[in-house]
Amino acid sequence: MYRKVIFPVDLSHIDHLTKALATAADLAKHYDAEICYVGVTGTAPAPGAHSPAEYADKLAAFAAEQGSKHGVNATSKACTSPDPSIDTDKTLMTAITELGGDLVVMQTHAPSALDYIWAGHGDTIAAHADVSVFLVR
Amino acid sequence: MSQEDDIEAIPEPEGASEVIDTDYEIGQDNITPKIGPFGLDIHNPVFAISGIVVVAFVILTLMFQNSVGPAFGAMRGFLTSTFDWFFLSAANVFVIVCLGILVSPLGKVRIGGVDATPDYSYLGWFAMLFAAGMGIGLMFFGVLEPVYYFGTPWGDNPLGGDLGIVEGVLADPETVETARRLAMASTIYHWGLHPWAIYAIVALSLALFAYNKGLPLTVRSIFYPIFGERIWGWPGHIIDILAVFATIFGLSTSLGLGAQQASAGLGFVLDMPELGTSITTSLVLIAIITGMALISVLRGLDGGVKILSEINMGLALLLMVFVLLVGPTLILLGNVLGNIGAYFSEVVALSNPVGREDDGFRQGWTAFYWAWWISWSPFVGMFIARVSRGRTVREFITCVLIIPTLASAIWMTTFGGTAIQQLIENASEAAVFGYVIDAYVPELSLFGMLSELPLAGITSVLAIILVIVFFVTSSDSGSLVIDTITAGGKINAPVSQRVFWVIFEGLVAASLLLGGGLAALQAASVSTGLPFAIVLLLACYALIRGLMSEPR
Repeated sequence: MYRKVIFPVDLSHIDHLTKALATAADLAKHYDAEICYVGVTGTAPAPGAHSPAEYADKLAAFAAEQGSKHGVNATSKACTSPDPSIDTDKTLMTAITELGGDLVVMQTHAPSALDYIWAGHGDTIAAHADVSVFLVR
Repeated sequence: MSQEDDIEAIPEPEGASEVIDTDYEIGQDNITPKIGPFGLDIHNPVFAISGIVVVAFVILTLMFQNSVGPAFGAMRGFLTSTFDWFFLSAANVFVIVCLGILVSPLGKVRIGGVDATPDYSYLGWFAMLFAAGMGIGLMFFGVLEPVYYFGTPWGDNPLGGDLGIVEGVLADPETVETARRLAMASTIYHWGLHPWAIYAIVALSLALFAYNKGLPLTVRSIFYPIFGERIWGWPGHIIDILAVFATIFGLSTSLGLGAQQASAGLGFVLDMPELGTSITTSLVLIAIITGMALISVLRGLDGGVKILSEINMGLALLLMVFVLLVGPTLILLGNVLGNIGAYFSEVVALSNPVGREDDGFRQGWTAFYWAWWISWSPFVGMFIARVSRGRTVREFITCVLIIPTLASAIWMTTFGGTAIQQLIENASEAAVFGYVIDAYVPELSLFGMLSELPLAGITSVLAIILVIVFFVTSSDSGSLVIDTITAGGKINAPVSQRVFWVIFEGLVAASLLLGGGLAALQAASVSTGLPFAIVLLLACYALIRGLMSEPR
């Protein structure tokens, strides 16, 4: 039913993603789909990566590690944004379309009152993406 | 730039640029407190100290404004009259360094490494850097400055040249032409290569050390070649705090003074002088500007700041073309090249730092301007750096130095040239004579010039809107800059932080306006120009060293 699972990932929060990563891998195995790990990084040096190229390398390594760990076909896509605080959702939406994903699996934070003012990334993607979105709490 | 890697990709070595090898992790000194539902991600000493110092400074200025005002004013006067030679020489060095880099092979270096691609189109990029760099000043000084030099009764005429109008009577045509030429050349000098070279040095250094060398996007990174690992400690904290300080006071005082100008303009257009001088009008304008800046930063660089800068440039172009068409079109068109020629033929004499007798002009105008540009340079430089990734150094210097100089020259020719033509035709009957030479009401000089052209009502309203939008574009980009510095160079800090800085800036401006002390603080922020000028000379050295180690 699904051919390509998109997994938006924040490399600085990998330890919080265990459940979502496992969910995505199970779904991918079940449908024999590919997983593409998508990350958005700022163009300026950030914690963990001095340049977008270095970030892309780290994301690729992460994808390779996940792929062998779960036994799924994993790829990665690093996107850059000059203003990631604001444009992350928009960049992710573009990436989902461009990559031709048909299922998005992503971790969300626990809901709080602040969500009424600024929705979390998962909320926004779920509200606007054309494809199915699976939010993992 | 984006890049797709498949599963076999092995992490490659760093891209084709010389990343500086340091153990410092970006964000390692950051703390992430939670205030209610708002999570923060801030650099530990820099955020707290800048916040506290700014609040303390505002309170002290308000409490002791009667003594603080004259003290800062005197300090500014002392600095510009004692160190005028230093400011003039330093600015000359910046121009020479920029032009040298432009024509040398170093111009081939690409910001962000050889494979980097630009984030913005030429138009969006230029609109943003121009709006942040000097937009508002062009509105304020476009008419004021040329007219002032043409007929100043205060003895601060450039190079001690002859005046075009003395006590309301025009000089003979030959002297008028000489005075006009010199007035235009001197104005373009203050808005041309020198100020943009100051910005370019800061911006290029920041961009190089962040995008090519992998250091955090914050002012301290420029000094890595000089201070080494010590920039991560207190020397670096102090540099960043000074940069925040210069930015927020530069912005808030300009915001306050600009709101007063815009309300004076409103009073003029509506023929209600009491509205123009009322503090309430200014406070409402500050609230509107802050609100618009807030929307802009919440929409981000792409959806807010860039769009607003483009609207801004469109409106400015509209106003300029209008003045060009209904003003003395043929004279202005004939003068554009002549004025640029006059600028180049006078620039050596004007920028000569020693052995001159035009103290009023050299110290009161040039040295003051240079200190002012330098005190704004951390803010404008950092913003330009942020949006310039993917450009080559040669493109960068062309678009940050050469094109803005030409744009300023055309703008000044149109606005100043029209105003001087009004003086030549009507002498002391001209409105600008009343606002600039007879009684000094600088904030009305632009409106005075527009009032003698057709459709004055519409163009004056357009001018007020432009003043406001120019302030919004300075305010939003300034808040992004302060947010990045106080987040230790991170550009993905939580959104609540930029909201905090936009509002804080508006509050500082409003409280200074209510309590007085705007001018005092502006004098104080200009005074930071001297230490920064030394810092920038060091940056030239760091920049050239950094560029030489890059692949070309």
